[in-house]
Order: sequence, then C-alpha cells, then structure tokens
Amino acid sequence: MTNENAHTMTGSKETLSMHPKKFALWLFIGTVIMLFGAFTSAFIVMASERAIQDIQLPGALLYSTITILISSATMQMAYHYAKKDELSKIKTFLTLTLVLGLVFLGLQYLAWDELVLNNIYFTSNYVAGSFIYVFTGVHGLHIISALIFLAVVLAASFKMKIHSKSLNQIEMCVTYWHFLGALWLYLYIFLLLNF
Amino acid sequence: MDHSHDHEHKETFITKYVFSQDHKTIAKQYLITGIFWALIGGAMSIIFRLQLGFPDMNLEFLRPILGGWITPTGKLDPEFYLALVTMHGTIMVFFVLTAGLSGTFSNFLIPLQIGARDMASGFLNMLSYWFFFLSSVVMFISIFIPTGPASGGWVIYPPLSALPQAMSGSGLGMTLWLVAMVFFIVSILLGGVNYITTIINLRTRGMSFSKLPLTIWSFFLTAIIGLLSFPVLVAAALLLIFDRTFGTSFYLSEIFINGEALPQMGGSPILFQHLFWFLGHPEVYIVLLPALGITSEIIATNSRKPIFGYKAMIISMLGITVLSFIVWAHHMFVTGMNPFLGSIFMLLTLIIAIPSAVKVFNYLTTLWKGNIVFTPAMMFSIGLVSFFISGGLTGIFLGNSAIDIQLHDTYFVVAHFHLVMGSASFFGMLAGVYHWFPKMFGRMMDSKLGYIHFWLTFAGVYLVFFPLHYIGIAGFPRRYYSFTNFDAFNMFTDLNSLVSIAAIVTFCAQFIFLFNFFYSMFRGKKAPANPWRSNTIEWTTPRVPGHGNWPGEIPIVYRWPYDYSKPGAAEDFILQTVPFSETKESNLPHENELIAEEEELKNMKVEEESHGH
Repeated sequence: MTNENAHTMTGSKETLSMHPKKFALWLFIGTVIMLFGAFTSAFIVMASERAIQDIQLPGALLYSTITILISSATMQMAYHYAKKDELSKIKTFLTLTLVLGLVFLGLQYLAWDELVLNNIYFTSNYVAGSFIYVFTGVHGLHIISALIFLAVVLAASFKMKIHSKSLNQIEMCVTYWHFLGALWLYLYIFLLLNF
Repeated sequence: MDHSHDHEHKETFITKYVFSQDHKTIAKQYLITGIFWALIGGAMSIIFRLQLGFPDMNLEFLRPILGGWITPTGKLDPEFYLALVTMHGTIMVFFVLTAGLSGTFSNFLIPLQIGARDMASGFLNMLSYWFFFLSSVVMFISIFIPTGPASGGWVIYPPLSALPQAMSGSGLGMTLWLVAMVFFIVSILLGGVNYITTIINLRTRGMSFSKLPLTIWSFFLTAIIGLLSFPVLVAAALLLIFDRTFGTSFYLSEIFINGEALPQMGGSPILFQHLFWFLGHPEVYIVLLPALGITSEIIATNSRKPIFGYKAMIISMLGITVLSFIVWAHHMFVTGMNPFLGSIFMLLTLIIAIPSAVKVFNYLTTLWKGNIVFTPAMMFSIGLVSFFISGGLTGIFLGNSAIDIQLHDTYFVVAHFHLVMGSASFFGMLAGVYHWFPKMFGRMMDSKLGYIHFWLTFAGVYLVFFPLHYIGIAGFPRRYYSFTNFDAFNMFTDLNSLVSIAAIVTFCAQFIFLFNFFYSMFRGKKAPANPWRSNTIEWTTPRVPGHGNWPGEIPIVYRWPYDYSKPGAAEDFILQTVPFSETKESNLPHENELIAEEEELKNMKVEEESHGH
C-alpha cells in the first residue's frame, strides 16, 4: 500500500497522447475565447441598438499590433533553439519576447492616453468607447499573466532547464503567447471593422 | 464545518482532512459544505413561506435569529423578504446544486469509475475547493451585514443591481455577492478543467469512451458546459462591476431617482440579460445533467437490467449540451424582443423536449419488467424521473412565446423550475449520497430512515409545488412580499397556507437524513465490498480506499458497465473487470471475438510504473 503510494499520482496509462497540463491549457484557452466572445457579442448587441460614431482609433494600436506579431516570431525562435539545444539563444529570444511584451503593454497604455486626448473616456455615456477600454484592458491583464509565465520560463532557461529533452514548459508558454497574439489580432480587426 | 467529521489520525489532520489533495476527501468537503448551504437555503425558504402562507402571523419568535429584520409589529421586513428570495436562489442554484452536487460526485466518482489514482492535478483540485470555500465565506458574511445581502433576485438584473442607491441590498450586499461569485467561478473553472483532463487522459486500460458509465459521461458534459458558459458570466459581471463602481453605462440609460436624472446614458439593461442567460440557461443543465447521470447508474443497477439505450442516452445528453447554449432568449420573451426571434428561440427550446423525452423513456424502459430492488437510492432516482416528467411538461407551455406573456414571472415558472431542475437535481444528489455512501465512508446508511425520508420529501415536494401552478396560472407574480393586498388573489390564502405547511414538513424531513448521514458515518453497519451488486469498478477498491484508490495495479476494464441479468450468466451482474474469456456461457457472438484483444490489454504498458519514482 505505502509502496504503491510512493508511485506518482498521475494515474494509469495516458489514453491521450497530449500531456495533461497542455490539455488543461487548451481548455483554459477555450474559456478565454468564451470570455472575449461574450465581450464582442455584447458590443454587437449594443451596436445593433444605437449608432456608433465614427472615431479615429488610436494610432498606437497599430504599433502595438505590429509589436505583438514580432514578439510571436521571437517566441517561436526561442522554441526553435530550444529544440536545437542552443541554450544561449533561447535566453536571448525569450528576453526579447519579454521586452516586446512589455513594449506592447506600454503602447496599449499610450493608446488609452490618445483616447483620453480625443475625449473618449472609460466612464462616459459613449458606451462603444468604454468597450475599447474593456477589450484592451482585459486583454492586457491576460498579457500580464503570460509575461509572468514567460518570466518563469526565462528563469528556468537560466538554470539550463529548457532543452530538447524538456520542452513541455516552453511549449505551453509558446502556445499561450501565440494565442494571446491571435486574440489581439482578432480584437484589433474587430475594432477596425466597427469604428 | 467541512472537516469536522473526522477526529481520528490527529497527527495528519491538516494534510489529510483540511488541505487534502485526495479527490475523495475533496468530494466529502464539497458534500458537507453543500449540506451546510442546503440547510441555510432551505431555512430561508421556510421563513418566506411563513410570510406567504400566514401573512397575519406574529413572527416575533424569529427576532433572536433575524434581529432588526423583524419589524416592531412582528412582521418580516419587506426588503429582507426580497433578500431571502435572492439568497435562497443563489445558494440553491450555485452553492448546493452546482458545487454541492457536481463538486461532490465529479470529484468522488471520476477517478474511481474510470480507474485513476486521482485527478490529473490534485493541487488544482484542492485549490478548486478552497476557492469555493472562500466564496462561501464571503457569501455567508454578506447575509449578516446591516444593509442586508443582495436583494435584486438571483439573476441580479440591472439597474437594480447596478445602482447601489437603488435599495439597501444593492449596496455592500451586492458587492459581496459579486466578489463571492468571482471566487465561485474560479473554483468551477479549476474543477472543470480537472474533470475534463482526467476523463480524457487518465482512463485505465480498456476503458474506452464506449465503456464509460453514464455518470462519467454526464460529469464530462457538465464540465464542458461549465467551461463554456461561466466565462460569459465573468464578462457580464465585470461590466456590471464597472457600472457599479467606475460609473460606466454599459447597462444603464435614462434613469431617474427621486425625479433626478442619473448621468449614465447610452447603455442597455437588456444586454445584461442576454449575457446572464447565456450562462443562466446552460447552468440549468449544469445542475441537472449530473443528477441524470447518477440516476442512470442507480436505475440500471437496481432494476438489474442494462440501461435501455446506452448510446441514445449519450446522444441525448450531447444534444442537451449543444441546445442548452442556443435557447437563452426564452427567458426574455417579454423584454420586447423581435417576435420573429422569439419564434426561433421557441422552436429551439421545444426541441430540447426531444432529448429529454428520450431520457425519460429510457429510464422507464429500463425499469420495465426489471427485477427492481427498492433501495432508498432507487426510490430517489425514480422520484427524480417523476419530477422530471411533471416539471418537464410545464416547460412545454413556458417555452411557448405566446403563452409566456401570461405566465412570465408568475408562480407557474416557480413551480416549473423547482420541479424539473430544483427538486429533480436535489433528488439526484440524495440518491447519489444513499448509493455511494458505503464507498465514501465504508458504512451503510439506515434504509428504513431512508424510506421515511423519501416518502415525506417526495409527497412534500409535490404538495408544495403542485398548488403553485394554479396560483401562477391565475397570474400571481413571483417575488411579491404579500398577495393579500390584491383582491384578485385573496382566494389563494388557504392554498398558500397548505403550501407553507408542506414546505415546513419537507424541510423537517431533511433532518431525518442528516441524522442518518452523520450517525451512519460513525455507527452504521460496515458495508460489504459491493453492497448493491454493481458493475462499475469503484466497487473493486478496498472498503475504504486509501490515497491512490487501488492497493495494487489498477484493474483492466473489458466490458461496458451494464451487464446486468445477462442470459446464461451465473450471477445477475458481471463486473467491468471480468474478461470475456471467463464468461463464455453468456457471451454474445461479437463478444467472443473480443477475447483475442484481452491479451493485448494485459500487456499494455502501465505508464505509472515506468516513470514511477
């Protein structure tokens, strides 16, 4: 009995080839999709009831979109070098991604500044404008969570724990990062189409 | 509250009973917390039933409990009446029938019935319970604050919920409600991710999806519904929080308070209803599906017959899962929505009757000519089927957008959902407790007390909710403090008194269960290994399974879980772990062909031993 308990609690044979934690990450991504699905649906319902003024979207959003797309590429590079066991390059590209992620957040903040300059406030009677803040803000919170994850992976890479034999952690980070990039692209296109 | 039931093994109390990562302990924690909430939610309903059934009664005797909520004249404070109705709904729907039911049985049965050592992540599972506990604490505190708990109905429609100045319960009470629900949703999502991952990844050798017990199928689909619908409630609640505290106007427009216009403009309260019911309707099935799964298992076992239409059961549950997401607007027929849209939602709503009817007929045909064993669990399962039918029939009326104009927000709706979802799911939960109590605690519950509990509750539920249909058809609105102020409804005084008396009797009957539950936990007869002569593999574990569930290797599964009364077999049940090569006398032709694959299963590498440690 005690002998048995010493074994891991991972249960019996895994019937799916995917790692349980990776699978759980995909489920989590599903919930985030539903969350933003709800926000954008709410926007559509709102927009069907009242006209949306034509406003100029902040220019910073274009730059932030480009930034996050580049960061996806650097993230992919880090993963590429992890598979090839080029440890120093993993660190370089992970750091680069982390910096680009922070730049992205900064640009989103500048976008808020621009909105305020254009007299579009979070707490105004212009609900469509409030929605822009919700989209960017809640997405930003997810980016912060991903940056924390990224920092953990970066720390692991400094301890030489990320290499071709140990890819799970970085793979999950890559998946989450790409997803958030794609999510932002969706939100940006959604905003472009509606304003 | 939740860990008071064990005082042996003092030395490991904290890790074994409090911050345990063992799915069985977590399940019991959910169950005990659920029972605690059920008592509070039930007691609340008794208080407001007293007000409705006996409007002239002097409630002075409740002052020790309710304090200032009893007016100087000995009446229930009308604002507190609204708070009671709101909290009764919130507690029962979320804390008892979601966390208490799904949390208990998903946690307990998933690893035991699929043959796993534990959940995919014991740590997340523990977190899931403690987030629920935190949520419970916040919600519990909100009941006792001076301004009272949330009072705008469990559906928290704005503007009532969005404006703290709207009523006393919309202030701090509503804030605490939202905080508690945030923790609750985190708990549900953590639990759901774990359930799905465990079912997909950790099934034992041979346990294909086509051999899963229907309980597991129902927990699986419930978890999927939860993962897809609760994030939408997060979105709805987040926008509500912005409206309440930051002054946005997502849900607010053109509101005057005491003749003064509020600054918020441009939003729409209907938007909240769309978002809320996109969760709210699937939530009904989150509550109901696990109960239906438990019932399938218990009815098949105690009819000593294979479940009728195993695949039809799965397909109808899948159908319900899909349909549950595209019918939400039937809660909103009278919000002034486009009548054409109303017709579409009416059609989709009525289509749900088909998978539901498939399930009902399958239950009845499983019972038909069965060698029925009337255990208390079986009685409650049959009771569930009864409620599901009588409550489901009124759903056909309510799903009709034209009839809904008369019936919307009346006691007819109250009667409908209390039967089809409230009582039915509650019976599913009780059936599950009676059936799996021997596996949970290694002892039997007393069946005589179980029968008394059943008949009092069963009769009580019908006596409470059947008369409410009449009151509802007459047009009496729900959530009203008093109906005696209206001449049109004065004639229902007697009926309301009867309902209240029945409610009190039903509530008191639950204490029989409580006594039985806690007494049997310590003093009950020791349970045999397989008390109900059931096929599923949780009965192959030791009487009280330890952490890891099976002392040796996890058993291999060879057959589906419903081989009851198989012609030719010596016994009237064949465990899932019995290979076809040992039951040649009862095998069907295609099963004989499966014998060849058994060796392959036995030689399959067990991964836990390879990366053992």
